[in-house]
Amino acid sequence: MVAHPDLQTQFDLRVAEDQRIEPKDWMPEPYRRTLVRQISQHAHSEIVGMLPEGNWITRAPSLRRKAVLLAKVQDEAGHGLYLYSAAETLGTSREQMIDDLHSGKAKYSSIFNYPTLSWADMGVIGWLVDGAAIMNQVPLCRTSYGPYARAMVRICKEESFHQRQGYEIMMTLAKGSEAQRAMAQDALNRWWWPVLMMFGPKDDESPNTALSMQWKIKRFTNDELRQKFVDATVPQAEYLGLNIPDPDLKWNETRGHYDFGPINWDEFWEVVKGNGPCNRQRLEARRKAHEEGAWVREAAAAYANKRKAKSEK
Amino acid sequence: MFEANPYPEEVNAALSDFLLRMADTSLVLGHRLSEWCGHGPILEQDIAMSNLALDLIGQARNWYQLAAVQLGQGQSEDDLAYLRDAGQYRNVLLVELPNGDFGQTVLRQFFFDAYHYHYLKALTESGDENVANIAIKSLKEATYHLKWSSEWVIRLGDGTEESHRRMENALRELWEFTGELTTPNETDQLLTIMGLTPDLNLIRPLWEQQVQVVLAEATLEIPNRAWMQKGGKNGVHTEHLGFLLAEMQFLQRAYPNCEW
Repeated sequence: MVAHPDLQTQFDLRVAEDQRIEPKDWMPEPYRRTLVRQISQHAHSEIVGMLPEGNWITRAPSLRRKAVLLAKVQDEAGHGLYLYSAAETLGTSREQMIDDLHSGKAKYSSIFNYPTLSWADMGVIGWLVDGAAIMNQVPLCRTSYGPYARAMVRICKEESFHQRQGYEIMMTLAKGSEAQRAMAQDALNRWWWPVLMMFGPKDDESPNTALSMQWKIKRFTNDELRQKFVDATVPQAEYLGLNIPDPDLKWNETRGHYDFGPINWDEFWEVVKGNGPCNRQRLEARRKAHEEGAWVREAAAAYANKRKAKSEK
Repeated sequence: MFEANPYPEEVNAALSDFLLRMADTSLVLGHRLSEWCGHGPILEQDIAMSNLALDLIGQARNWYQLAAVQLGQGQSEDDLAYLRDAGQYRNVLLVELPNGDFGQTVLRQFFFDAYHYHYLKALTESGDENVANIAIKSLKEATYHLKWSSEWVIRLGDGTEESHRRMENALRELWEFTGELTTPNETDQLLTIMGLTPDLNLIRPLWEQQVQVVLAEATLEIPNRAWMQKGGKNGVHTEHLGFLLAEMQFLQRAYPNCEW
């Protein structure tokens, strides 16, 4: 589609001047498509992301931890809700987006295809997975599309709270018994590399980065954010007395950054393709919830129609 | 935190038993509701069920803290929740029943809320100010819970043929567990005489009235079966509670004496 030159110019200018694009504004189709893809993917990640942590709500080791974890997973449902609403402003319905998730057409963050095997995983997910998410998401508070940027402001506030809670779980375990420290180290060993993969493929292999940067949907490249994350996390792990499972990790005086070892991109692409340890189970759990809820949604709609018919009489 | 009120030994034992019942009942129901998290039929209702669960777990914590103080043995809320076995749990049977489908969860919630709302309202007049204060706080939440569950019972009862049939099934499953809610045991009898808790015999007609009104609007018929199960208040439970506690208490049992 060839855009009307004036509209295209106006759009380009607004983006260049850091003005927000709003739902009723003209926008190029590829910009709209990219946003729907990214926002819905983000919403799906929140919803699928409820599952690995949801696993431990019924096993949380104290009443306070139980309440905090439940509230956290509930926040993720809330984030999913704002994000679906933001994506709906671009003309795609929530049902359509959910169908795309269930058919496998839409993606969600690969990190949620890893299993949560111990209570320490609740700590590591808060500390590292939410920490990585924050690195990715804080720049999105300034993203060019208004409803997305506003949703991200609310989400980031809650995410940083979640990250502190996760780190607090890690501190408690690190100060605890030998078995608890071992639990914490084991969780870090299993999650470290998958978390680094959360920033996406290397810049030279990331097909969407260039355009997204130009449209100011994205503000930093994958590799920039990954480096920032490693630099921030190493001292935190040291403070906990835990070892990051990377023999190549060391401070590079010249670069002013930590160097780290090679990421296993074969694993990354396998998980993206659906071969991670829990890909099938996660999607099945979502499909099952949706299918088993169909009668509830139908009943609610039927009841609402009856009420409407009555009030019109 | 709470300060213990001094009572004669027998009364204090009954009061502690009652406090544990309130705590266990809220915790077990909150735990059941939390099992829905991430699996609800509609995102908005997933969130709503987590809200109910969070309210109930919060209430349970208040009741446990007060129970610990009255028991006076230096236990924490977590000791009481995580280190007692099924036979020591005092919750009513209704709340430990498995979730079933969404309709069954909603109906269980409604039966409980209809009791909880009227009971808490009367409990705000308790002669023990700690008990009265927890009741006042909990009543606000219970009022919202009753609204939520009543609306869903009506919506599903009067929705589609399928939803109506499912609600009839849920009624058949749950009805026999409702009697215990408003049937006093020895603990209730003593505490009522002492002016610490309301007379459950006076709560029963309020519960029945609430249930009749909502079920009628939901086009559902009250089963005319008279037999009611009981036992939870005295520590005799269904087979379900042991599994629930095995899951809930696993970390505390597998790694004793740890901070979490």
